[in-house]
Amino acid sequence: MNVLPPPYTFDDDTEPMATSEGRPPVVEVLSAEKLFPNGTRGLAPIDLTIADGEFLTLIGPSGCGKSTLLKLIANLIEPTDGRLLWWRGDHRQVGQQGRRLAFVFQEPTLMPWARVEANVRLPLELADMPGVKAAPLVEDAIARVGLSAFSQHYPRQLSGGMRMRVSIARALVTQPHLLLMDEPFGALDEFTRNRLDDDLVRLWWERKLTTVFVTHSIYEAVFLSTRIIVMAAGPGRIFRTMTIDEPQPREVGFRDSPKFAAYCRELSTWLAEASLPRSGGGEA
Amino acid sequence: MKPLLQSDAFVRVAAPVAVGIVLFGLWEASFRLASVPVYLFPKPSDIFISLVQHGPSLLRALLVTLRVTLQAFIAATVFGTLIAFMFVQSRAIEVSLFPYAVLLQVTPVVAIAPLIIILVKNTQLSLTICATLVALFPIISNTTLGLRSVDPGLANYFRMNRASRLKTLIKLRIPGALPYFFGGLRISSGLALIGAVVAEFVAGTGGRSSGLAYEILDAGFTLDIPRMFAALFLITLTGVVLFTVMAALSRFALSNWHESEIRAET
Repeated sequence: MNVLPPPYTFDDDTEPMATSEGRPPVVEVLSAEKLFPNGTRGLAPIDLTIADGEFLTLIGPSGCGKSTLLKLIANLIEPTDGRLLWWRGDHRQVGQQGRRLAFVFQEPTLMPWARVEANVRLPLELADMPGVKAAPLVEDAIARVGLSAFSQHYPRQLSGGMRMRVSIARALVTQPHLLLMDEPFGALDEFTRNRLDDDLVRLWWERKLTTVFVTHSIYEAVFLSTRIIVMAAGPGRIFRTMTIDEPQPREVGFRDSPKFAAYCRELSTWLAEASLPRSGGGEA
Repeated sequence: MKPLLQSDAFVRVAAPVAVGIVLFGLWEASFRLASVPVYLFPKPSDIFISLVQHGPSLLRALLVTLRVTLQAFIAATVFGTLIAFMFVQSRAIEVSLFPYAVLLQVTPVVAIAPLIIILVKNTQLSLTICATLVALFPIISNTTLGLRSVDPGLANYFRMNRASRLKTLIKLRIPGALPYFFGGLRISSGLALIGAVVAEFVAGTGGRSSGLAYEILDAGFTLDIPRMFAALFLITLTGVVLFTVMAALSRFALSNWHESEIRAET
């Protein structure tokens, strides 16, 4: 049967710690390196451990390999060298049983011919879940992103932010244990983005969902994360790591606090350093 | 409630009808003034009288043509779709067979119709085969294009969720191909009619009577020019009706989501 430890329950209300100490790792990237077929080094060997319940954000200048690293974590691409472990096991053996991960793209990538409800139901259908079992899950996921009134709408009838919510609901409906998001709100205006960030914090907290998030926005990174990884380019590597040790779940007011501004200022300095051509090796 | 003149649906019908009335009026009036003889070029009124006079025989011919057209259209849709599905299953199949589909398309039906009519004893069947050959290609090419034009993001999502080939086909490729498929249907419905009429002409010159094309040929032999025009009018009308039905079908299937069928909301 399942050789993996039993799934963590959602009603576990222990405080997720800001550091990875003492919590079982969900993802371990072991000196994984990525060379692209054309010879460019996408990622220098990277070591990274993501603990259960963490909200980890990858941030960095364009071309620093943050999306590549995320895809590597999702096993969408294979590392050229090094290993990827999910839940302490080789990712190849994890399969579908028990452990699920969900990926949210930069675009909502919804089926334009299907109503919101059918779009959210898609991953369950693809996993051959019977309709009776799927219906309450779908309803719940749509409710969680606040779109219950729109479940019979078509994507084109929704705003950009609402479409992104549908995409998030589609990710949540599988009750994932690991949520990977690649600049999900990058195309939205700031107001909508903030609102979705608030929702995301709430969802993450409710589910104790381990999340890896890629963004370009400093404010978003500081507001959401328990840990931020600043990456630098040429080749893509981890430049510095910032821990945001603030009470959870984050309140909307956190955005206006002096602490928030201080974090943002520091992160911004780091990012500027990381963007310098051939900047120093960073902290190892 | 908007005034009638500003209603979109009304204008869409009324404007072309008004243009038609004006054109027919000019035709009638000028031909009357110049007293063009009926055997050279008939007036609309002559055509109308002929239409009523030869009503039963024209109607019989119309039914024959319509039957061939619809049979060919259905056959082309079924075979065209099947061939398109085959094409997208494997690149090898498409590469090896597509040139022959093109060959079929570029060979004029007039050139092969006599052969088919000689080979196939049953006139109905031979005509249907000719018309099918004409109508087949747009369905094949459009449906193939549609089945291939999958949103790469969604295709990636299906792959990530380990969707089977069959599920990807049913849930992603087929719905995505529908707009292209309906585009193919529209072109094909008109081509099926053209194919049927052309084949009838060929069969008609060979002495096998049937359909509206034969009515035109026959009227030509007896210099009954108004009857010729009456038959022509019926062919045109059939074409317009077919196109309208296809457009309505497409609107019905796609109006909820596809850009081509979404009316601007005002």
